[in-house]
Amino acid sequence: MAEIRAEMVANVWKVVTAEGEQVSGGDTLVILESMKMEIPVLAEDPGTVTKLAVAEGDVVQEGDLIAIIE
Amino acid sequence: MVESGLIESVLVANRGEIARRVLATARRLGIRSVAVYSEADAGLPFVREADEAVLIGPPPPAQSYLDQAAIIAAAQRTGAQAIHPGYGFLSENAEFAQRAEAAGLIWVGPPPVAIELMGDKINARNLMAEAGLPVAAGTAEPVTDADEAVAAAAAIGYPVMVKAAAGGGGIGMSAAAGDAELRAAFETARSRAERFFGSAAILLERYLSPARHVEVQILGLASGRVLALGERDCSVQRRHQKVAEETPSPGVGPALRGHMLAAAVRAGEVVGYRGAGTVEFLVDVPTGGFVFLEMNTRLQVEHPITEQVTGIDLVEQQLRIAGRGEVSFAEQAVKPQGHAVELRVYAEDPSRFLPSPGTISEWSEPAGPGIRVDAGYAAGNQVTPFYDPLLAKLCVHAATRDEALARARAAVADFRIAGVRTNLPFHADLLDSTEFISGAYDTSVVSRLRP
Repeated sequence: MAEIRAEMVANVWKVVTAEGEQVSGGDTLVILESMKMEIPVLAEDPGTVTKLAVAEGDVVQEGDLIAIIE
Repeated sequence: MVESGLIESVLVANRGEIARRVLATARRLGIRSVAVYSEADAGLPFVREADEAVLIGPPPPAQSYLDQAAIIAAAQRTGAQAIHPGYGFLSENAEFAQRAEAAGLIWVGPPPVAIELMGDKINARNLMAEAGLPVAAGTAEPVTDADEAVAAAAAIGYPVMVKAAAGGGGIGMSAAAGDAELRAAFETARSRAERFFGSAAILLERYLSPARHVEVQILGLASGRVLALGERDCSVQRRHQKVAEETPSPGVGPALRGHMLAAAVRAGEVVGYRGAGTVEFLVDVPTGGFVFLEMNTRLQVEHPITEQVTGIDLVEQQLRIAGRGEVSFAEQAVKPQGHAVELRVYAEDPSRFLPSPGTISEWSEPAGPGIRVDAGYAAGNQVTPFYDPLLAKLCVHAATRDEALARARAAVADFRIAGVRTNLPFHADLLDSTEFISGAYDTSVVSRLRP
């Protein structure tokens, strides 16, 4: 199981994946925006998205859970 | 007491270091100043350094620094005579300039029509080509879909650069070396263009590489004359955004400089330019030729290095020209002295350049002869995710380039910022790299330093 967490304070611009989806390593899960920059959050390893903890427009703090991949 | 012919009060429609920098010149000239700020910026130095400060809205730019009605209302409520837009935000918004003028305010910037002519990159390219300036091969009309882009690229020849016509700040820009890459670049550029600039118009241009990014500072006088105040080399970029600049450019000799300065003056004359502006060029390293890239119709982030070598306060000249007055210097006496370097200190990690918002726990600036720091923050301030990551500009000036680089190395080592990560370690590496030291670098230098 891998917990994907936010590396910084940011706004959630786009959610690219959905719960239940199969992803490969390197796939984009969500795109964050901070300081006028878009930051893609990637799956490190292949698996299934069992939890998606954010929605578009949310503000995430550093360390907040974004998704769980099993 | 304000000197006669100068405006008496100014509202600064911006934030951070540039608001503070404009306020400093206003204070020196005895001009009453008004700041506007969002809820996120209440604790920043520029808010308390203005004579008056008006809260204009919540943190998101659309609800504060881009809220035209709120800014004009703040100017009217405080009795400000003029609006200085700084850079970014509303500085290149012709509609806002017009609205300010319609409300009886003096716009500290060029005539709105000049902003409009240069604001669309396709229009600007066509206009400059007509005026005899060199431009790269490219599209003269907006490209509307990926198939059209592929056809246009076949005529231009790869590699091509894909750009938003209404864009800026490198957002949505990317180079493509073949059809598949171009299709992806086109879709990215179009979605970014719509989202950030409210216009999906895209242009394609021949991508020059290796190239240097060199720009010329111009000043359009109240009389209509346009002066060129030397060039700045802005080739040190990450994600098509500038990180460090220097003047004079180590890649520009006297003959090329003469041609570029003349072209920049011509560009300003064609659009009836007034005040401070910057004409950007790309210098093709293999041939030594140059092409027009775009014009920024406002004060540029990196203007301090031109001020350091010329001794001219560009904000003072903007305020004088806006008040229909004379500039403070004699044209014939403008002779750049020495060498100056600007290092942009960003709140970002120094290896991957990812944003690093947070609370500044320690802030200690270098000081000494030839050192200038234009900072937007101080210890205790929050760096929020709502705005760009620029914390400060470290500018050094010395008699020669070698001395300026040595001074810059010492100043970087003396700059202490804690609580957020900064790119100061990147600047230390840049100043020690043989490529940068040699002066023979191009716009890909950062990708070689941080592969």
